[in-house]
Amino acid sequence: MTSAHVSSGSGVSSGANVSSGTAREGRAGGPRHGRPPASRNRPRSRFRLPPRLLPYLLLAPAVVAELIVHVVPIAVGIWMSFRELTLFYIRDWAKAPGKGFGNYRVAVDFDAAIGKDLLTSFLVTAGVTVLAVGLSWLLGTAAAILMQDRFRGRGLLRAAFLIPYALPVYAAVMTWGFLFQRDTGMVNHVLADQLHLTGGDRPFWLIGGNGFWALVTVIVWRSWPFAFLVLMAGLQNVPRDLYEASALDGAGVWRQVRHITLPALRPINQVLVLVLFLWTFNDFNTPFVLFGKAPPTGGDLISLHIYRASFLTWNFGTGSAMSVLLLLFLLLVTAVYLIATSRRRSAHA
Amino acid sequence: MRHPTSPASGHSATSSGEPPAAPPRRPGRPARRRTGRTATGLTAGLAAGLLLAAAAACGGGTTSGGGSGSSKTLTYWASNQGADIAADQRVLKPELAKFEKRTGIKVRLEVVPWTDLLNRILAATTSGQGPDVLNIGNTWSASLQATGGLMPFDAKAMGEIGGAQRFVPAALASAGAKGKDPAAVPLYSTAYGLYYNKKMFADAKLDPPKTWQEMVDDGHKLTKGGVHGIAIEGASIPENVHAAFNIGQMYGADFFTPDGKPQFATSQAVAAIKSYLGLLGIEKIAAAGNAEYSANQSINDFATRKAAMLMWQTTTSGFTNLGMKPGEWGVVPIPAPSPAPPGGRPITSMVGGINLAVFKSTGNRDGALEFVKFMTGDDEQKILNKAYGSLPPVTAAQNDPAFDTPDTRVFKGILAGHAAPLPQVPSESQFETAVGTAMKELFADAAAGRPITDDKIRSKLEAAQQQMAE
Repeated sequence: MTSAHVSSGSGVSSGANVSSGTAREGRAGGPRHGRPPASRNRPRSRFRLPPRLLPYLLLAPAVVAELIVHVVPIAVGIWMSFRELTLFYIRDWAKAPGKGFGNYRVAVDFDAAIGKDLLTSFLVTAGVTVLAVGLSWLLGTAAAILMQDRFRGRGLLRAAFLIPYALPVYAAVMTWGFLFQRDTGMVNHVLADQLHLTGGDRPFWLIGGNGFWALVTVIVWRSWPFAFLVLMAGLQNVPRDLYEASALDGAGVWRQVRHITLPALRPINQVLVLVLFLWTFNDFNTPFVLFGKAPPTGGDLISLHIYRASFLTWNFGTGSAMSVLLLLFLLLVTAVYLIATSRRRSAHA
Repeated sequence: MRHPTSPASGHSATSSGEPPAAPPRRPGRPARRRTGRTATGLTAGLAAGLLLAAAAACGGGTTSGGGSGSSKTLTYWASNQGADIAADQRVLKPELAKFEKRTGIKVRLEVVPWTDLLNRILAATTSGQGPDVLNIGNTWSASLQATGGLMPFDAKAMGEIGGAQRFVPAALASAGAKGKDPAAVPLYSTAYGLYYNKKMFADAKLDPPKTWQEMVDDGHKLTKGGVHGIAIEGASIPENVHAAFNIGQMYGADFFTPDGKPQFATSQAVAAIKSYLGLLGIEKIAAAGNAEYSANQSINDFATRKAAMLMWQTTTSGFTNLGMKPGEWGVVPIPAPSPAPPGGRPITSMVGGINLAVFKSTGNRDGALEFVKFMTGDDEQKILNKAYGSLPPVTAAQNDPAFDTPDTRVFKGILAGHAAPLPQVPSESQFETAVGTAMKELFADAAAGRPITDDKIRSKLEAAQQQMAE
């Protein structure tokens, strides 16, 4: 085998390495790259690929899959957002008449009902996200730090903490739905009957204003174990001697957390917060399973709202326009976040 | 029988994997920088993957089913009429075998839960890949007719299945927009009535109510301890919108203008909806917790004697499954206000039920019509409606003694002269969603002890109507 084959092989073995692989291969290619020595008597196949193409060929299945799974649906979604795709056209949807920016105008016309509802849903989603991400991160960090030292039953506790993350979403959220029922739910039983915190009243959790808090509770319950897991892994990389050294210098636990643990976790937190943000902001399953197709205003997360705007009213054009707006917003937030956090980090470094 | 006529009749507690819009729980394959020096590359990869997947979620539904091209097989999507899917299969399988024996056509049966049925039909319409024959909630008829996905029953097709005159007129009127060929034919019929617990009424020395006010008064007398006068499915979109229609008829409310434009916030509609909400919010003869019911808890309350009355569609198994014995309940038409409000109509119920439609992309039109003819034949009508506790929409089949019980006599009377189809307009299913949701929110308000005012109802209805403005 020639060196070209070896290098191209290593080039594709790790996806993004292709550029270096091809570069090297380019150098290795050319006239030097002929038949193998005559001592190999196994006949070669008639057809030989130009070595330059091999990495691309090996990548092709992934590219095709990516196109089918992601790019084409996005493109179709964007196309749909400029069409009047109502029930009159879904059978022959390619012929749906164009609507220009009409769907977008409807979506952002905050004086009319559709736009106003979208704005409300957006604000609710932002509120839920800020609270849920903040609380999940806080709980995850606290638990990870507390679980750092060895003690009896640590493994058991760690496993128990991960259960919410491991449970199937539907089963878990349906169970929460039962817990939150007004008359027969466990939550009211504890709050109203046992602790008498509600002044003899039984609050509703699944309808009306409390839906917001019910939703935040379930989302935090579901996502903090992920934060815990990631941060726990991150903490394994913090050298123990740093703590010992700082302890000799008289640093307390709080100082250690502030000046050793958190800075060491910084790159992990950067990813973690972004991922939690995107998951929560896009969350569809939790509100859908908890509230059904008609959530209370405080539980109307934007994905569910868009689903309702398109699937329940059969107006897929407006729904797509809302989706595209959501996509643009999340891209913007992500870009700003990455630029801001990266710059701050390089300034620190 | 479960909510046979509604697009949104599923409730969250039982909804299983809905195909669309589920956001990803895991990032795609992150693009990795060679050195892994910073997390930024990783982060960007994660973010890109997530965003792409999120955007992909706005695509259409899933493709399912697949019409059979062969003339010897048919695919049939049945709606879930029995207690569960298995119950439907037990009822339908022997009949399908009978059909195969008679015609040589094999029918592949799929019972589709209510939570999925409408989305499945929409997906099938979009892709052209669907069943040959399918059940639809009869209130969807005009909406699905507008998509052009269903085969119209023109004079020729109608002739092939025995003629339009075989069907009860009110039932056939709920199979598509006025002036167009029906998009389906009626299969099972139901209507709303007021069910009451005979023993609880006898103990309180009461007769079943004949007017709305009598119903409220009886309710007050029956409400004590943990027992309430009436049970209401307050968070259920279809039940809400059906009540709005039924009571709206008594007040002369029209939710659409004659040319099909929505007009939700009429003073008649406000009055009708207020009287319904008032059962919980003002009269308090329904428990406040009813505002949260959307999983048929109200049937449960009625069957377990926590409530003495219930407005519901024709059912038997709904009660017997929960331990009630036939004879323990009685049914009367939903009582109307007396004297009748100006413009009020002598209608107390919508025409509920299931229609049978042929998918336009079927490769086996003749076989499909043969199957429709079989299912709407007198014999099958008797067998199937008996099994499901519904009424045959075929006049000749109604004469069977099985449909001459005290309950069915009441419902036959309602369907013959006091029932009207829900508006047969293309945007009917949006109307159900918009108004049903508005009423759910109003119930939530009422249950929290906030006053129910005309203004509040009107503004909710106006907002619901604006969502339709397109």
